[in-house]
Amino acid sequence: MAGLTLYDKLWQSHLVEERDDGSALIYIDRHLTHEVTSPQAFEGLRLAGRRPWRRDANIAVPDHNVPTESAERLGGVAGILDPVSRLQVQTLDENCAEFDIVEIPINDVRQGIVHVVGPEQGITLPGVTLVCGDSHTSTHGALAALAHGIGTSEVEHVLATQCLLAQKMKNLQVRVSGRLGTGVTAKDLALAIIGQIGTAGGTGFAIEYAGEAIEALSMEGRMTLCNMSIEAGARVGLIAVDDTTIDYVRGRPYAPTGELWDRAVAAWRGLHSDPDAVFDRVVELRAEDVKPQVTWGTSPEMVAPVDGVVPDPDAMDSPGRAESVRRALEYMGLTAGMPIRDIRPDRVFIGSCTNSRIEDLRAAAAVVKGRRVAASVKQALVVPGSGEVKKQAEAEGLDRVFLDAGMEWREPGCSMCLAMNADKLGAGEHCASTSNRNFEGRQGAGGRTHLVSPAMAAAAAIAGHFIDVRELTEA
Amino acid sequence: MMQKLTVHEGLVVPMDRANVDTDLIIPKQFLKSIKRTGFGPNLFDNLRYLDEGEPGQDCSQRPINPEFPLNFPRYQGASILLARENFGCGSSREHAPWALADYGFRCVIAPSFADIFYNNCFKNGILPVVLPAAVVDDLFAVLYASEGYTLTVDLREQVVIAPDGRRWSFAVDGFRKERLLEGLDDIGITLKSADAIRAYEARWREQSPWLFGGFDRPVS
Ligand code: SF4
Repeated sequence: MAGLTLYDKLWQSHLVEERDDGSALIYIDRHLTHEVTSPQAFEGLRLAGRRPWRRDANIAVPDHNVPTESAERLGGVAGILDPVSRLQVQTLDENCAEFDIVEIPINDVRQGIVHVVGPEQGITLPGVTLVCGDSHTSTHGALAALAHGIGTSEVEHVLATQCLLAQKMKNLQVRVSGRLGTGVTAKDLALAIIGQIGTAGGTGFAIEYAGEAIEALSMEGRMTLCNMSIEAGARVGLIAVDDTTIDYVRGRPYAPTGELWDRAVAAWRGLHSDPDAVFDRVVELRAEDVKPQVTWGTSPEMVAPVDGVVPDPDAMDSPGRAESVRRALEYMGLTAGMPIRDIRPDRVFIGSCTNSRIEDLRAAAAVVKGRRVAASVKQALVVPGSGEVKKQAEAEGLDRVFLDAGMEWREPGCSMCLAMNADKLGAGEHCASTSNRNFEGRQGAGGRTHLVSPAMAAAAAIAGHFIDVRELTEA
Repeated sequence: MMQKLTVHEGLVVPMDRANVDTDLIIPKQFLKSIKRTGFGPNLFDNLRYLDEGEPGQDCSQRPINPEFPLNFPRYQGASILLARENFGCGSSREHAPWALADYGFRCVIAPSFADIFYNNCFKNGILPVVLPAAVVDDLFAVLYASEGYTLTVDLREQVVIAPDGRRWSFAVDGFRKERLLEGLDDIGITLKSADAIRAYEARWREQSPWLFGGFDRPVS
């Protein structure tokens, strides 16, 4: 019999019951909750007179529409200006109180984007199943956790039963050989992978990232990569446990300690695909071929290396593809053949669950240090992923670096990633953004998003147009 | 628990247009709500009222459209909606069945339904019944002609019974029928496996005790 993939192992270890129709009940170890997708789930429980199956598997944190301006933030929940946002955060507080669920409240230093907070606090551990009502839950797979987003009715289902009704996915391995060059990051790799397999390339699969380039990534980089799995169509992204994983988890607030730690590590060491495991599909890339990436369209697969050009719809092989490129260029206000370098962002956003961890902020700060944001850039926002990231960055003086360069330093939250709070793009504005989605209107109605790495966003802020970050840092 | 449905007799109201989409059933400005109840007053909002609906309004103060059947005195208290083909097309959100259920509908009869809506009805205690277009035509005619027209929908027998004794049988898949007869939602069905979940949990706790500490302990 062939060996098992990491995904197979995680699935098997959590299988409660298989049904005749191929679906299965999967036990859920960790359920993270935020304010947007949970209110109706809690109401469903209330209406049915149900209580959470296991309260200690749940933890909540508001993130999607908390304000990130310090002045507004000081007022706590009551101080949130937008009434819909305030009601959602208030409702989360009330529901957590009523259902006895531990919540990290808005101005707690541990508060932040749920996908930053989970790993940072040791809530996310290797080998767990973890769900959250948010599609970027794939992030947590960087710790070899089986993690994916769920809908509101599933949130209620997990709360009430500690299980999820699921179908087993297929296995896709993305193997990346060699080493990423200097200035080339996990974000560039993620975009290059999506550029290669397309936004539907991973549909129905759990992706496991493997190979020398992946092993060399820090945990932050691994989280960035797994985070973007959903943009490749895969609900799950996974990376095997190694020393980098164990070192990251050790000493986290909710990580096991003492004898339990030793037992846990012994179990976690087995969390990798067997050498003879069979994948349904394998995709290979060479890390050396990956250059800094910039998206030019309205889907993450519409991406080009920074030294490339905006494609020509008339040169496309299929009429459907030509049409979607044409529509994207029209929305983005770009012309075919235009160098990526000539795109000039009006705003810059460094943040989101993809790229708001300390390593991301360090990379951006290293680029802007001693420089000034270009006059043509109206706003450059830096939004740390959590209060802990913010604290660490301030201890290292990164906040000063950003402020001195003319950037804004904000309170933690999702911010301009999805424009649910006050941070938004105006119509027609271009944004160099470290987030994960460049869909029409995602960062504000009519806004034009270009997805890049933190270093590339910082470089664009300084230069006033997209530029290979290596030109700035190696000059 | 979801409301059971075995045999239901109720007043019928007509919704005489094809392709009624979810946005017509419950317009999108009401989807921002943090609730899944309370949508009833805004069911068919654009048709029911003469003004533009806003979330949080007191609907009893709004000008009603006297031409819309749901507002006719003779249809007050209706619990069966008679509709046309492709009822419930549009978005996959569950707000549409929530709004129908909140208004008090237990059954929708139509020649055809949009797939996702059809499925969502069973999750929310509403029985969608597909009858042949000719039968639905006929029912519309009788309904318009007779005040206080009621139908009886018997899910066990899978028949719709008219006051004059005419009967039409309808199809429904066994699993969906069961769940509505027993009033089981997805959670209710999973909880039938509660023993298996507990057994798994006990084993898993032995094996991975570090996953059962919870998040209460103070963090330094
Ligand atoms: S940062 Fe953006 S993508 Fe991530 S959880 Fe928040 S809104 Fe979603």
